[in-house]
Amino acid sequence: MARSNTNIFSLAIFRRPGISPADRFFRASVLTVALSVFAITAIVAYELVRNSRLPIEKFGWSFLWGTTWDPVAEQFGALPFLYGTLVSSALALLIAVPVGLGVAIFLSELAPRWVSDPVAFLVELLAAIPSVIYGLVGIFVFVPWIRNVLEPALSGTLGFLPLFQGAPYGVGMLTAGIVLAMMVVPFIVSVSREILMAVPLSQREAILSLGATQWEMVRIAVLPYARSGIMGSIFLALARALGETMAVTMVIGNRPEIRLSLFEPGYTMAAVIANEFTEATSDLYVQALIEIGLVLFAVTILVNALARLLIHSVFTKVEVRE
Amino acid sequence: MKTVIATGMFILSLVGSAWADPMLINGAGATFPYPVYSKWFDEYAKIHPDIHINYQSIGSGGGIRQASELTVDFGATDGPMNDEQLSKAKVKLLHFPTVLGAVVPTYNLPEVTADLNFTPQALAGIFLGAITKWNDPEIAKANPGANLPDKLIIVVHRSDGSGTTYVWVDYLSKISPEWKKKVGVGTSVNWPVGLGGKGNEGVAGLVKQTPYAIGYVELIYAEQNKMPSGRVRNSAGQFVKAGLETVTAAAAGTIKAMPADFRVSITNASGEKVYPIASFTWLLIPEKIDDPKKGKAITGFLRWMLKDGQGLAPALLYAPLPKEIVAMEEKAIGQIKY
Repeated sequence: MARSNTNIFSLAIFRRPGISPADRFFRASVLTVALSVFAITAIVAYELVRNSRLPIEKFGWSFLWGTTWDPVAEQFGALPFLYGTLVSSALALLIAVPVGLGVAIFLSELAPRWVSDPVAFLVELLAAIPSVIYGLVGIFVFVPWIRNVLEPALSGTLGFLPLFQGAPYGVGMLTAGIVLAMMVVPFIVSVSREILMAVPLSQREAILSLGATQWEMVRIAVLPYARSGIMGSIFLALARALGETMAVTMVIGNRPEIRLSLFEPGYTMAAVIANEFTEATSDLYVQALIEIGLVLFAVTILVNALARLLIHSVFTKVEVRE
Repeated sequence: MKTVIATGMFILSLVGSAWADPMLINGAGATFPYPVYSKWFDEYAKIHPDIHINYQSIGSGGGIRQASELTVDFGATDGPMNDEQLSKAKVKLLHFPTVLGAVVPTYNLPEVTADLNFTPQALAGIFLGAITKWNDPEIAKANPGANLPDKLIIVVHRSDGSGTTYVWVDYLSKISPEWKKKVGVGTSVNWPVGLGGKGNEGVAGLVKQTPYAIGYVELIYAEQNKMPSGRVRNSAGQFVKAGLETVTAAAAGTIKAMPADFRVSITNASGEKVYPIASFTWLLIPEKIDDPKKGKAITGFLRWMLKDGQGLAPALLYAPLPKEIVAMEEKAIGQIKY
């Protein structure tokens, strides 16, 4: 499969005689569309850099580790937002991956058809709900519950950890993580389920014939086969979590500070751009916000690249063992 | 079915041509006065079908930028432009106050049912993080008899840049030198304490849900949502509740000191009946309008807004301008050249 992919991009195809004009036209148009992805990414990067010249000149690299965000004194540092974006997304995945995978395995391996079909439909419906609705659910349902039930319970049992200390506000990093998890679970479920269902029946039959239980079948025969697809679904979820704006800003507390406790309010890069861009008046202020966008862009690319490297190394190890 | 579609298309084309005919005037800016502006533009279009004013509430920052770049015919802002912004604009922009707004402290104290009194020092202390408990002597001394609990105050502020924040911190800067030095004035500031809520509804939502929270919202928003709003002590020493009369009184208090370009802050204005956390909201009109027809239409609208438009404001809970200021503005319209 991988080999035929490279053929599409091989330019020799255009010159090869005997290929019908329609085919050539098809290849050319597909190539253009594919290359436009690179062009769009390059244009976005170029525009972001071009429009954040002022803060880049003024703050240099210290923009990345500055912790003050003071629009009045025009002191801008992105670290609290960087921290908030990474921590809230990590927290979301920590919750969403086990839940999402569990649901996907249940739907594809265990549930009877009359259960799995409607549930799968509902999950896809969840993925289509606008994020502001999740934010409202967060504010009106999760925030009171987290303030009155979850946070007192956590600080009562795990309060010796610095992660679960401080006043229970209800809004904060923990709430953002939970709301984000709720938003990305449908992505993990719906993609992973498709992948699991694509695992050939022969895989399952082979291992069952050796006397495996259902759990062993899933663990030994199905999951390893579907691993790269499942990882793909997790990346999709991560990308969504990193860029999510509306729902997060409604429940995270919007305070540009780095605090270890998950009960404390935080701030994310996407949220500060959405919050402050419309009323930013001075050039430096506007451009500092655009530079936040540039940092978010770079973080998204970096995180994706790292994750891909991770998978790559996992797969090479597996191959060596075999 | 076909006839239905054909009729639909025909009606659409009629509507389309009706829209295309009148002169289109584009404006953009402040969100706070949007309800009254859209009412005005709507009413004005009924009297003058040949003029259609299109207003986008994109925020004061965007209004200033677009008016300066001349990408719109007029801008609107909740905070006056500063000298640097004016000098950068491609054309000289004139400020015209349209209506008045006020910002009120709102709170959630299950123990207290009556309106609380706030001294300026109490508000500044709470938002600086110096006053942390509801039974602090600074709050207690203004509220004799109120059952103030020994609970931590949870401060809520706007997370998005906004004119509401501008008015609130402009007031705090005037009454607290410490605030002026540490935090300053802007549509977004570096808050010493508190949680950020997005929009009036975000702040209101957090305050309503969180016991012992205090925040600030626009007067209109507090009234429409029946939220408790405190009385604030003005510079004459009176505790005053925000309302249409007390807000208009704040503008009247500045008439003598009104600069010719109307760029004035009316927070902490002097006068017995003045509510101290109030502000004008302005239209930004270019001094020189190239298209004479447009110039005539815009000045015509300004005159109507100052006369008939003001009467439409109170129904939407916006405080109208004092008549002295209306007279000053009517004179200033003469500066617009076309």
